[in-house]
Amino acid sequence: MPDTLLFAMEAAANGLTAGVMYALVALGFVLIFKASGIFNFSQGVMALFAALTLVGLQSGQIPFSHLINAIFGTRLHHFGFTLPTLVAIAGTVVVMIAFAWLVERYIFRHLVNQEPIILFMATIGLAYFLEGLGDIMWGAEVKRLDVGIPQGMSMAVDEMTFNWFGYGFYMDTLELWAALIAAILVAALVIFSQYTKQGRALRAVADDHQAALSVGISLRFIWVLVWSLAGIVALVAGMMWGAKSGVQFSLSLIALKALPVLILGGFTSIPGAIVGGLIIGVGEKLFDFLMGPIIGGATENWFAYMLALVFLLFRPQGLFGEKIIERV
Amino acid sequence: MLDTQPDEGYTTADGRKIGGVAMEMKNITLRFGGVVAIKDISFDIRWGEVRAIIGPNGAGKSSMLNVISGFYNPQEGEIIYKGYRRPRMRPYQVARTGIARTFQNIALFEGMSVLDNIMTGRLNHMKANIFQQALWWGAAQREEEENREKVEKVIDFLEIQHIRKTPVARLPYGLKKRVELARALAAEPSILLLDEPMAGMNVEEKEDMCRFILDVNDEFGTTIVLIEHDMGVVMDLSDRVVVMDYGKKIGDGTPDEVRNNEEVIKAYLGVTDD
Repeated sequence: MPDTLLFAMEAAANGLTAGVMYALVALGFVLIFKASGIFNFSQGVMALFAALTLVGLQSGQIPFSHLINAIFGTRLHHFGFTLPTLVAIAGTVVVMIAFAWLVERYIFRHLVNQEPIILFMATIGLAYFLEGLGDIMWGAEVKRLDVGIPQGMSMAVDEMTFNWFGYGFYMDTLELWAALIAAILVAALVIFSQYTKQGRALRAVADDHQAALSVGISLRFIWVLVWSLAGIVALVAGMMWGAKSGVQFSLSLIALKALPVLILGGFTSIPGAIVGGLIIGVGEKLFDFLMGPIIGGATENWFAYMLALVFLLFRPQGLFGEKIIERV
Repeated sequence: MLDTQPDEGYTTADGRKIGGVAMEMKNITLRFGGVVAIKDISFDIRWGEVRAIIGPNGAGKSSMLNVISGFYNPQEGEIIYKGYRRPRMRPYQVARTGIARTFQNIALFEGMSVLDNIMTGRLNHMKANIFQQALWWGAAQREEEENREKVEKVIDFLEIQHIRKTPVARLPYGLKKRVELARALAAEPSILLLDEPMAGMNVEEKEDMCRFILDVNDEFGTTIVLIEHDMGVVMDLSDRVVVMDYGKKIGDGTPDEVRNNEEVIKAYLGVTDD
């Protein structure tokens, strides 16, 4: 097999693992958008906040310790114990569900029947609030997150591909795990929304609020449910990205990568988010491999957005979104 | 007349048993800002009957139905349901007390298949908790199958087997109306509210719908409250009729009584006072 083809395959394989992560972040948006028509600008900050909380719980940090110290002149910082990763994850899930409940109770309950743009603005406010809250609660410094998944080159993949092609692919173990976990979560969410009572209720609310009420579905419960799910998705995304590059503000920007995915896949389609994520992941790696050397590299930074632009021009509803038809 | 009927009910000419009072509306007044949509209306609904609400456009019929189903909360008056005064409720809570409804401008889940739409009608009969559902485990799976059986019966009953997998958005208007009825029926409601079930239908579709409404009432003994414009249809279908005009009740009784009520004739034919 020619070397170029092998290199391209390696790039594509790495793109797939990245793509699954993009899909996961995009899914967080789709869930909330479908059920409530809200484009949740704070999805990225939710991932940051979840990762911060996870690190904080894991290392036994005292929440708001800087604030308490500043007011009372104390020198608190840690409880003096650490929590096992799984317990910390469970704790973070509880925090994200509580967050979902608070968001419904104190923000969106008061904005029922408002224009989508107003709901969108509310999520921008929420993003800034949450960003500040994360800083005050857990401190603003870059934190290392270790969830017990090894980093570095995966020997298994290297060996396997070497045996097949005589050339070992470089793939990061952490990214492989991240892709696997994201894939499981994506599959679980799809099954949940397609085959269970609450999943059906969720789709019903997404489709028609009035009709959903008439069959006895509580809109508030469904809103809390989707925000909780989006919170859990944010946690997984924040955890994986945080483990890779540290828990810091830039984590909240991963949400930006989800926007092209959404434009590609359509804002209302769960399969769209998955396929869109994979296309962008593989596309940007392959494009960089093929075109990078010619035009000077660093194409990964803009490829996704360019692709999104092309889609906006020719197929604004995305690959799987509902066709936008204005009836006159 | 109404007052002389014993509370245990009576038997109609065609042999159906009408029971006692299921729901009583007492002095209902509903306002939207300065506009009074319903003015001090009282009437009752008996178990097993087909109760119609008629009146010209803008008479407040749909508002009345929305009050019963909890979409509107009246400013004054009370609703006695199954012998108890109903507290202020949200629409989904009303739905859980066994009141199902259809809408004037069909409110279906357009993105879902016919089967899924009707399954949503069963949501309140499914009790498995969210963790069992998430794992599709034990009770959740059993429930899904049981409810599926009930839904299949409704599908058979309304003769929509051929479209069960079709996305609702693709169906013609008449069939959509029938699917909406199926979803309401799947909830096995005590009271079924139909907001203009025959609006916009052609003669054949109307006949079908009439037959289904009568069959539902006959076979399941479901109490039905319906709003309809088509006088002919109303008179054929219903046991008792409430007539509304400008938010007020101007008539209440059997179709024959209503037909001969002077105020009703005036409201419908627009007789001038001179």
